[in-house]
Amino acid sequence: MKYNLNFADYFKKFTLVSIIFVLMSLLFILFKGLNYGIDFKGGTLIEIRLENDAVKVSDIRNSLKKIDLGDVNVKNFGEGTDFLIKIERKLNNNEVIITEIKETLNQNLNEEVNYRRIESVGPKVSSELLKSGIISIGLALLMMLFYIWFRFEWQFSLGSIIALFHDVIITLGVFSALSIEINLSIVAAVLTIVGYSMNDTVVIYDRIRENLSKYNRLEIDQISNLSINETLSRTLITSVTTLLALFSIFILGGAILKGFSFAMIMGVLIGTYSSIFVASPVLRYFKVSYKTLEKKEEKIVP
Amino acid sequence: MLNFTKIKIISIYFIFLFLAFFAFLNIFSNENLPLKKKVNLGLDLQGGSYLLLEIDTNPLIKERLQDKVIDIKKFLRKNNFSYNSFKINENSINFIIGDDNTNKFQNLFFSKKDNLINPYIDQYRAHQLDLVVENKNYKIEFSKYGLLTLNNAAVKQSIEIVRRRIDDLGTKEPTIIQRGEKRIVVELPGLKDPSRIKSLLGKTAQLNFRLVTDKDNDFGSEKMTLDDGEEAIVNKKIIMSGENLIDAQPRVDSQTNKPMVFFSLDRYGAQKFGKVTTNNVGKRLAIVLDNQIISAPVIREAITGGSGSISGNFSFQQVTDLALLLRSGALPTPINIVEERTVGPDLGKDSIISGTISLVIGFALVVLYMFYKYRFFGLIANISLISNLLMLVGVLTILEATLTLPGIAGIILTVGMAVDANVLIFERIREELRTEKSIIHAFDMGYSRAKITVLDANLTTLLATIILFFFGSGPVKGFAVTLGIGIITTLFSAYFIARHLTSSYVLKNKESVKL
Repeated sequence: MKYNLNFADYFKKFTLVSIIFVLMSLLFILFKGLNYGIDFKGGTLIEIRLENDAVKVSDIRNSLKKIDLGDVNVKNFGEGTDFLIKIERKLNNNEVIITEIKETLNQNLNEEVNYRRIESVGPKVSSELLKSGIISIGLALLMMLFYIWFRFEWQFSLGSIIALFHDVIITLGVFSALSIEINLSIVAAVLTIVGYSMNDTVVIYDRIRENLSKYNRLEIDQISNLSINETLSRTLITSVTTLLALFSIFILGGAILKGFSFAMIMGVLIGTYSSIFVASPVLRYFKVSYKTLEKKEEKIVP
Repeated sequence: MLNFTKIKIISIYFIFLFLAFFAFLNIFSNENLPLKKKVNLGLDLQGGSYLLLEIDTNPLIKERLQDKVIDIKKFLRKNNFSYNSFKINENSINFIIGDDNTNKFQNLFFSKKDNLINPYIDQYRAHQLDLVVENKNYKIEFSKYGLLTLNNAAVKQSIEIVRRRIDDLGTKEPTIIQRGEKRIVVELPGLKDPSRIKSLLGKTAQLNFRLVTDKDNDFGSEKMTLDDGEEAIVNKKIIMSGENLIDAQPRVDSQTNKPMVFFSLDRYGAQKFGKVTTNNVGKRLAIVLDNQIISAPVIREAITGGSGSISGNFSFQQVTDLALLLRSGALPTPINIVEERTVGPDLGKDSIISGTISLVIGFALVVLYMFYKYRFFGLIANISLISNLLMLVGVLTILEATLTLPGIAGIILTVGMAVDANVLIFERIREELRTEKSIIHAFDMGYSRAKITVLDANLTTLLATIILFFFGSGPVKGFAVTLGIGIITTLFSAYFIARHLTSSYVLKNKESVKL
C-alpha cells in the first residue's frame, strides 16, 4: 500500500507530546521510584501451589507472621491456588530461613505444599546484578551511538540516541507508574527494545539518506515526511508480526514471562512511535540537508 | 541479484540441510545414534536447583596468620629484636620493636632465599606478606598476591570438597564450576529440594579430637558447651584432626541400639590416637566439630586398632550426614550460599507447555498474516521462516546450547522479527514495480536496494544481543543466544533461501508475477 500522510505538520505537536511523556516518566522514576524485584534488591521469592482452594492470601500471611521475616508480601499468582511470597529481608546465608518457612507453611496450612519455585538473592549479588544491568543498558546505547555514527553522519547518530533515551525513559516511567516489578528479564526486555527501536529508526534513516541525495531541493521535514510514508507499510507490517508473537507470549506464555512480554509490547509501540515522531523530526534541529551527505557521496547509492 | 550460480545454489541448500539435520536430531533421541548432540533444557524448564556459593576467606586469613605466630616470634628472638605488645588482629600481626633497626628487619623479612616466614612467590614475583612500619609499630599482613594464592587454593579445595559431598549424595549430573575469584556455581538438575545439600554445604566440618582438662588456664584451653548445656574446659592442643580419617560410616550401636558414626584412621592417626588414649584412660575426650563439642566420652581403655566411633544424641539422618561430611573432608573455610534458584519439576513442565503453545500460536499467527499480506510471496516468506527456525535449532544443537524459558521467548521474538527482512525486501520491490516497467528488473533492484537497510537494521539488534550475552546472567544469557543466532539465520534465510525461491519463480513466470 502506498501512503501519503502528512506527518510533518504534526511534528511540532508530537515533539511536545514526547517531551511531556519523558518529563512525566522522569518524575515518576525520580519520586515514585522503580519497584525492584529480589534480583536487584535482594531477598527471597517463593512460589507455591496448594491443593486446597479455600486458602486465602491472608491465611498465608498470618501463618508467616509467626516467624520474624520483616516485610512479607503475599499475592495470588496465575491460577487461584498459586501464591507468590516475597520476603525482603536480606540474608547472607539463606540455608536456615527457607527451611523454617517451609516448616511453618506445612504446619499451618495443613497440607503438603508444592514448592514450585524458590529464588533467593543475597545483598552482594543483587547489587552486582543491578550494576551489570545498568552497565549493559548504558553500553548498548553507546554502541548504537557509534554504530550509527559510523554508518551515517553524527546528526543521525544523535537523533537515534535521543529516540532511544525517549524509549527507555518512557518504558521505565510506565513501569514506575504501574509499579511493575523490575527484574533480570526486564533488563533483557529493555535491551531488546533498544535493538528493535534502533532497527526501526535505521530503516527510516536509510530512506532519508537516500532521499536527501535524490531530491536536493526539498526541506528536511519534507524529506522526513516522504521517507516515513515510503517505509510506513513496512513499519506497520513488522510491528504487527512482532506484536502477534509478543501477544502470544503475553497471553499463553505463563505467568513468568508476563512482565517480560508486557515490557516488550510497550517497547515495540513506543519504539515505532519514536522512529516516526522523535528520530525523524529531530533531524531538522541539527540542520540536516543534502549538504550533510556531500562528503560521503559514494556511500549513498547502494 | 536474481541470478544464482549452480555452486551457490548447492552451497545454500547444503548449509540449510546440514543445519536442519542437526535440528532433527532432537526428535530422535535414540541412544544408538552416533551423533548424540542435543539442545539441553535449562534448570527453569526441567526443574532443578542453582546455587551460587561464595567462600569466606576471613577466617582462613586469621587462621593462617595464627600459624605464623610461633615462627615470627622465633625469628624475632633469633635475630635479637626486642619486641613487645605482640598481638593478632583480624587480618594483621602487630608488634613494637624498640630499637631502631628497621632496615635490618626489612632485609631479613624480605629475603628471597629460604624465607620460611615470608616465602617469595615466583609466579607473581612478590612476597606472601607485606610489612608496614610506622613509628616503631610493625604491622604484618598478607600482600595482594599472598591473598590471591591463599584465595585460589581455598577455592580449588572447596570445589573439590563440594563435589565430593554432592557426589556422595548421588545427585545426577551435577555441574560444579568456579565463577570469578571467590564463587562456585552448583547446578543440580532434577533436584526437587536442595535443603539437605544446602545444610551439608553450610558446614565446614572441621573435626578434631582434644582432651578435656580440669585446669582453667587462658592460653592452653578454652571453654565450650556441650549439647546438654554442660560446660567443659577443653585443651587447645589438637590430638588428631579429620584429615587423619580414611573412612566414616553410619552404624547402629549393637548394645544401645543408637545410631553412631564408625570411623577408621590412617596409620599416623592410629598411632597418635593409640598413644593418647593409652596415656589418658579415665579422662574425657572431646570430639569437636566446627568449634562445638558433639560428644565427650570417657576413655575407658586404650584404642589402638585405628578405628573408633562417635555416638551421642543423634538421629539416623544426622549420623548419615555426619559420616558423609567426615568422609568428604573439611572445607578450608566457610562458604555462604549467596544466590539460590530452585524450580520444581511441575513448574518446569508447565513452562515447557506454555512456552510451546505460545510458540506454535505466535508462529501460526505470523504465518497467516504474511500469507494474507503477500499471498504467494507470503508463502515464500513463510518457507524462509520455517527454514530459519530449523537452522536456528540446528545451530543451538551443534553448540549443545541450553534452552531456557527466556530462550523460548527469544525464539518467538525471532519469529516475529525474522519476517521483517522479507517485508523490507517485498515492500521495496513493490515500490520499484510502481516506477519500473521490467518486472525482473524491479525485483532485482528491490533486492539490491533493500540489502543495506536489512543489514543495518539487523546489525543494530545483534549489537544489543551481544551486550546482553556478555553482561546478562543465567537465563537471560539463553535469551541472548537464541535471539543472536536467530538474527544470523534470519539474514541467511531471507537473502539466500527466500531470494532463490523468489528468483526461480519470477524468472519462470516473467509477466504474470503480482506482488
